Formats: sequence, structure tokens, C-alpha cells
Amino acid sequence: MLIEWQFILIFAAIAVVFPGVPILIARFIRPSKPNPIKQQTYECGIETVGASWIQFKVQYYIFALIFVVFDLEAVFLFPIAAALNQLAFFAVFEVILFVLILAVGLAYAWRSDALEWF
Amino acid sequence: MAFDIVQFLESIVKLEMFDYLSKVWAGDVPSWLINGVSDIAGVLIICTFNLLIVLFLIWFERKIIARIQDRIGPNRVGGRYGLLQPVADAMKLMTKEDLTPAGADKIAFNLAPLIVVVAALMMWAVIPFAPGVSGTNLNVGVFYILAISSVSVVALILAGWGSNNKYALLGAFRSVAQLVSYEVPMIMALLIPIILAGTMSTQGIVIQQSIWYVFVVPLSALIFFISALAELGRTPFDLLEAESEIVAGYHIEYSGMKFAMFFLAEFIGTLFMAALFTTIYLGGWRGPGAVQYPILGLFYFSLKMFFVYFLFVWIRGTLPRVRIDQLLNLNWKFLVPLVLALILVVALVSKTMEGAEEWKTAAVLLLSNLILGLLALDFIRRYARQQRSESEEVVEVEETIDTQTVTTAAH
Repeated sequence: MLIEWQFILIFAAIAVVFPGVPILIARFIRPSKPNPIKQQTYECGIETVGASWIQFKVQYYIFALIFVVFDLEAVFLFPIAAALNQLAFFAVFEVILFVLILAVGLAYAWRSDALEWF
Repeated sequence: MAFDIVQFLESIVKLEMFDYLSKVWAGDVPSWLINGVSDIAGVLIICTFNLLIVLFLIWFERKIIARIQDRIGPNRVGGRYGLLQPVADAMKLMTKEDLTPAGADKIAFNLAPLIVVVAALMMWAVIPFAPGVSGTNLNVGVFYILAISSVSVVALILAGWGSNNKYALLGAFRSVAQLVSYEVPMIMALLIPIILAGTMSTQGIVIQQSIWYVFVVPLSALIFFISALAELGRTPFDLLEAESEIVAGYHIEYSGMKFAMFFLAEFIGTLFMAALFTTIYLGGWRGPGAVQYPILGLFYFSLKMFFVYFLFVWIRGTLPRVRIDQLLNLNWKFLVPLVLALILVVALVSKTMEGAEEWKTAAVLLLSNLILGLLALDFIRRYARQQRSESEEVVEVEETIDTQTVTTAAH
């Protein structure tokens, strides 16, 4: 079973080269006349003020956190889903319980306005 | 072995050309070398196919969107139908100057377009094109696909961060918020065919689909379709790169071939989602005579894949864009609870009807899907009614305030 991943290894090695080739070809074809005005940061014509690595809203972080919780839930559900045929009937109740625990978490996040985009 | 044209043609129909040619020309070369060479050839075929098909897809999409919008589309470059338009686009992008903004983080800035294309390409390794033909038959095929699609999200942050531009950074954050939110219903919706097929391998899911899964669990297909649209950043969820509005989001500062890489990755990703939808819900290469003549399987697969791609383009030409808060509300307050309920229902039903015949299980699942879908629609209707009554209250309050100010001014 491990031998089937050999294709993935070869794919990764070649696929990393693939987008590099057009960029490399373009390097010989394109003009290259940098001057400071062209290289200014784009902000629809006005000049930028201050550094570009600014503070950002905490909402992005909260969505990422909720995503991590649900992603891990999905990771745990995958093996059960693949093997559900071979398990006893009680496994379905275990799945229901697992999903309900996480659904309670989602309900809590919903009620405490963690899912709002302010 | 001598080369026999009849046997060669047979091997084409059976899609076993490599085996036949290797037997003819390299009878006594060690098998690991033959496997390695055929793997490399397979990778090159997939990558080249993707790059060339993108040229066709760009033309296809522009023509179809133009016709939906009652205009003609490209019709000058390359004859009456504008067939060489994408080639002209590629040549233009190749000859543009590659401006790197001052102060940009060079490693992040240059690495991001490469990672996006690599992730989009590597997902193709597990798609079954025909019976017995796929890059590789991993026993965790679907899981691998989901893992790789999360890698492309990292590249967006690299692009936004490395651009030294506040708006690129904010655009990158919003993109990541959208992409990461919609991965949850996509992953969960993919769990359902896995429950039905009992395996995570893509070739295995196709083999198990004597009835296409779109007719057994249509709600799961719909949820996957919507999440795929949002994952790709296509309309109606394309506020990340809203071309007519906020310039370009995370790829503001890219020009030339690096921008072309983002563009390329989007098209490859769209075709891949079409291929994945075909594999998992529309029965992949299945069709009359596909097992005996595998080349027919390849033909059916292509047909279905391009049909789903046409659906993507149709939706893009028809629907308007949604706002980011509507987008995230749709995901966390509607799709995720719905898909969790669907998993529970499907697990329960498929386990209850374990010994029954296949069409009975399919019918009960279809029924439960439809009931759940109708319940969900009911929730939406009630929510919309509530929203409408709230907005009417606001309008009434404003009108009373206006009349009061008028009367006080008159005194």
C-alpha cells in the first residue's frame, strides 16, 4: 500500500518544476525596467501611510479556530464513515453522540455571536 | 515480442498501451524501471493535459458567459470563433514586466504562485479516468484530495503577506476566511458517499456506484456543489477577486507570468472540482460498455466532466455576488448544521437497511434527503420572512421620525 504513494512523490517532484518553466521562459522575454515610482505599493493612486503589516480584526482568527474544531471532527469521522459497514449497529449511536457534542459547540458559538461578521 | 498493429489497437481500446509497449520493446528491463518510467509519463500526461485544456476552457467560459449576457465574446483572434484568444492572452501575460513592489517579502512573494499551481495539479493524481486507469489508486484518495486542497489556502496568505500592501493582506484574510469556512461543508458532504461506498478510494467509490450517488443522496451533491463553488472563489462567491470592485484582493501586486499562475490555478481547480463531482456523484467513468472497452469509460468521464464545468460557467454567468457576511452566515448557520443532520440521517438509514436490496436502500435514502431538503427550505423561508418583517419595522420607524421632524419644523 505504501508503494502506491511513489506516484505522488514523482508527481510532486515534477509538478514543482512545471509552473517554474513558464516563469523562467518569461524572464528572458519580458522587459525589466524597474524604477521607484513603478514599484510603489498600489492603493488606487494615493500614497500609502505607515507600514503594511497592520492589525486585523479578531473575527478572522475566530473563524479559523472554529474551522480547526470542525476539521478535526471531520478527520475523526472519516475512518468511522469508511468502516461503517463492518461495525455493529451501536456504532451509529456513537456517531450521533459525537456529532451532537460538536453541534452543541456550534450552537454555543452561534448564540454567543462568535459567527457574526462585524 | 514483435510489434503487432492489431494488438496495439486492442491495447489502446483497453487503455493498456504502456503494458503492451513495454512488453514489446523492453522485455528484459527490471520492472521498477518500467514502473518509474510509466509513472513519469503519467505525470507528464496529466500536467500537459491540464495546461492545454486550460486554453480551451478559457475560450469556452468566455464564449458561454458572453452568450448568457447577450453578446458574442471573442471573435477576432484566430478565425471567426476567436479560438486562439487564450493563446494571445498567454503571450501577453508572458511579455509583461514583472513588477515586484518595493519592500515585498521576496521568498513569500515568489513562492505563492508556485504553491497554488502545485496544489491544483497534485490533486489530479487520484482521479479515475477509466476502469483501472488513474494516477495511483490510493486507499485514502478522497482524504488526500482534501489535504492538498488545504495547502492552497496557505499560498493565499503568503501572497497577501508578501505583497507589502495593506489591501492585499486584508484581501488575503477575507479569502482565507471564506475558503477555510467552506472546507467544512465540503469535507462533511464528501463523508456521505464514503459511508455509502464503504471506502475512501476514488476508484472504489466509482466501482460501487451501480446507481449514481446524485440520485441517492442529492442533498449531499448539492451541498458539495455549493461548497466547491465557494472553495474555488467563483461567482456567486467571488468577492475575493471581485474583478469589477475591489481590484484584485490578494493578487493586486502580481503581474505577468506570476499572475498567470494564479489564473491558471483557478481554472485547473475548477476543472478538478468538476472531475471530483463527476467521480463521486455522477458515477465517474461508468456507462454502458465501459468495463469491456475502457476507452469508452474515458469518453463518458470527459463528457460528464465538461457538463459539470458547463454548470459552473452557467451559474457564474447568471447569479450576482453575495456579501461576505451573507457568505459566512450561509455557511455556518445553514450549510454546516444541514450537513451534520444529513450525516446522521444517512448513517442511520444506511445502517438500518444494511441487509436490504440496493434499490430499496437507495429509495429510502432519496426520500430522507428530499424530506431534509424541504425542511431546510422551510427554515430559509421562515428566516427570510423574519428578515423582511425586521426591515419593514425599520422603515416604519424612519417614516414616523420624518413626520415628527416635519411637524416640529412647521411650528
